[in-house]
Amino acid sequence: MTGNDFRTPLSRARGLGSAHHGVSGFLVERTTSIALVPLCLWAVYAAIKVAPLGYESAVLMLRQPVNAIMSLLLISVSFLHMREGLKVVIEDYIQTHAARILALLLNSTLCWGLWSVAAFSILRVAFVGGPVL
Amino acid sequence: MAEATSKGKTAAMRPIAPHLQVWRWHVTMAASILTRATGIALYGGAIIAAVWFTALMLGPDAFGLVMALLGTWAGKVVLFGLTVSVFYHLAAGLRHLVWDAGAGFQPGTANMTAVAAMAFALVASVVVWALALQTGAVR
Repeated sequence: MTGNDFRTPLSRARGLGSAHHGVSGFLVERTTSIALVPLCLWAVYAAIKVAPLGYESAVLMLRQPVNAIMSLLLISVSFLHMREGLKVVIEDYIQTHAARILALLLNSTLCWGLWSVAAFSILRVAFVGGPVL
Repeated sequence: MAEATSKGKTAAMRPIAPHLQVWRWHVTMAASILTRATGIALYGGAIIAAVWFTALMLGPDAFGLVMALLGTWAGKVVLFGLTVSVFYHLAAGLRHLVWDAGAGFQPGTANMTAVAAMAFALVASVVVWALALQTGAVR
């Protein structure tokens, strides 16, 4: 051990302590939050526009390229931001190692899974329209 | 700071982390808790959005069911809560970005921006819902 390093050689060998990639999580949270400022304002606007529409008009609205692209961006950036955000909450409050790993895996699975389903739905409606057999 | 204990050794006076049970209520503390709470609420909101897009893909029956559920009183309460959450989390996020730039930490400024974020969330939500009701987007 040298100078200011308070860690034992064993703890370093076991890979405990900082993993040295915390900055990427911090940056993902910040960059996505900046992108979400215009995206969530658009989401509120679009929600009001789509709320009174019936099925066919809603499909036609999402088929407009601008709406499809904005929806795709909204869903993608939101799920990235949510995954980072809930990760911090889980790491703060869940102390048991196994429960924490499980919660982190569940968080990632839910975010990536729902993103895939939502993104597929948006693209399918945009390219194909309503349900096609 | 160090303090002599009964055993004659010195024990460091470690700073205590903020915690609901030991921390005095304060507006900045409420603002911080609200940021997390609205973030978790918006997690639910994103799940609703994903379900909505999926229903739109599945067809008129699934879409009709989702819209009917969102149109109930309970659905409207959830949607209003999500509107407040969007605007509060947005304002709180901007506050955090200013802090990341190294500004806004003075107690007076922090208190003021905390109250401003809460007021903005309420006013913006009421304005948006008033517009939605007036234009017939929500009945």
